[in-house]
Amino acid sequence: MTAEFWISQAFNGLSYGALLFLLASGLSLIFGVMRIVNLAHGSYFMLGGYVGLSIVWRTGSYVLALLGGALALALIGMVMQRVFLQRLPGQTLGQVLMTIGFALIFQDLALLIWGGDPYSIPVPPPLQGVLTIGGLRFSRYRIFIVAVAIVVGALLWLALDRTRTGAIIRAAVDDAEMAGGVGIHVPRVSLAVFALGAALAAFGGVIGGGFLGVYPGADFEVLPYAFVVIIVGGLGSLPGAMVGSVLVGLLDNFGKALFPELSYFTLFAPMALILALRPTGLFGRV
Amino acid sequence: MRRSIVVGVGGVVLTMVVAPWLPPYPLTLLTQAVIVAILAMSLDVLLGYTGLASLGHAAYFGVAAYAVGILSTQYQRGFVTCLVVGLVLATATAAFFGLLAIRAVGTYFLMITLALGMVVWGLAFRWVSMTKGDNGIAGVPRPELGLPWSMWNPLPFFYFSLAALVLSWALLALLVRSPFGLTLKGIRESETRMRALGYNVWLHKYLAFVLSGIFAGFAGVLWAYYNGFVSPVDVQLVTSVETLLMVALGGPGTLAGSVLGAGVIVFLKNFVSVYTKRWLLILGAVYIGVNLFAPRGIVGAFRGEQR
Repeated sequence: MTAEFWISQAFNGLSYGALLFLLASGLSLIFGVMRIVNLAHGSYFMLGGYVGLSIVWRTGSYVLALLGGALALALIGMVMQRVFLQRLPGQTLGQVLMTIGFALIFQDLALLIWGGDPYSIPVPPPLQGVLTIGGLRFSRYRIFIVAVAIVVGALLWLALDRTRTGAIIRAAVDDAEMAGGVGIHVPRVSLAVFALGAALAAFGGVIGGGFLGVYPGADFEVLPYAFVVIIVGGLGSLPGAMVGSVLVGLLDNFGKALFPELSYFTLFAPMALILALRPTGLFGRV
Repeated sequence: MRRSIVVGVGGVVLTMVVAPWLPPYPLTLLTQAVIVAILAMSLDVLLGYTGLASLGHAAYFGVAAYAVGILSTQYQRGFVTCLVVGLVLATATAAFFGLLAIRAVGTYFLMITLALGMVVWGLAFRWVSMTKGDNGIAGVPRPELGLPWSMWNPLPFFYFSLAALVLSWALLALLVRSPFGLTLKGIRESETRMRALGYNVWLHKYLAFVLSGIFAGFAGVLWAYYNGFVSPVDVQLVTSVETLLMVALGGPGTLAGSVLGAGVIVFLKNFVSVYTKRWLLILGAVYIGVNLFAPRGIVGAFRGEQR
């Protein structure tokens, strides 16, 4: 257990946390506005990765893949929200069953279109290889992920906290009925936030495709992580999603490195502890 | 109430009479449906009667199934030991998870049970020295009950499972009709009002949670014997959600509905997968369709407006 081990593991955990932030911030936003537990959120991550993969194959452009994946899933998310989920306001069980139904359909469609083989999204040359700092080697791609997450987090925070649109979204999160009363078109806000959440997850899926790969089953693999992040951080809270992501990324990585057989336990046990002390998560309100 | 007993007893007698004439494959499916029905009923106590949607119900089912798998293959233990240990472990798991989950309300409850269910899945998947990980535990023998009929034959095992279903059904029916069960319904309708009336809401919910876990564990014990194989699939999220679907499809708050829902889903899953590889698509469509067209389930639709 050298210092090198701790630093490189902490870095790996941090970069995984950065990826989780992209996934969980969208889930948290969607929950905040619509009170929907979206079990298809992992599917957006996986489908985003697949769409990105196809775009890279056709055009060779990584940037187009990022944008295309996010845009495609924003559209899918909008259809899902407008045509289906909006019919079930306040019906938790119905929403759960419906979103899991979509998750199964997406899983099968992905298998039908892209087959069962795992793929990796090729990343541009400047992001390949490692960077050596003070004798320690860091993957350039992982540094890139952390940077992207910081930029996205900052933009989200600015947009939510400093703009008129952000104020409208916050109003809808706090009290949808009152927001409607003062003339905010809440259904439109819900639609936009849902699209944004799906796009963020898909964006994460394309980025994650560069080092985790794109494969069947990725959807249900990342979903519990996203859930733990927002449970720990608090539903509907952006700072909560940030802190939660980093915490979960680190816990997961050290758990896997130190106690490989109990790695899920080391992730979920602290979550249970936090919940026992603060049932609404670190930053959550009831 | 009397009508539901007549329908239930009639259904059980009908399957008893029909079973000897069934070809092996439908009989196996019927056995599967009977075992899964116990799991669905156990969840209905929580979902239908108490109003708590648990997303981790496969955990208790799986813990018991793994107990049977490990004890009967690695330690050659008999039925009674496996049953008792399986039930005790399922109960202990539910008792522990309940302490964490019952504090939470609404969506938080849903997400905590999901995450707790994932803990069990993670252990099943990663604790390879105990659970053999992804490979699962194969070769679980059918139980020796000291009866003249071998449980390796499909028909005696079916009757054995059916007896287990009838026992669980009777016990759960008594439970939901008891003062305790009526209090649960009251909590489902209005927690604050029940609290104002002086009921210990937390304790009632907690006991319902644990009781539900015990019956899920019972189903898990039978499942390990039925399948002869225990793997992380038995504890994964999809299994928990599928159980929710069975209850929702049949009609939450009606034990007969859960049995019916379990039967429909088991047969649908197996028959559709014979004809097409795309059964996940169809299953997904069922999930969505149930919500759009039969939000109160099959039994709910037959009962009309009364509740």
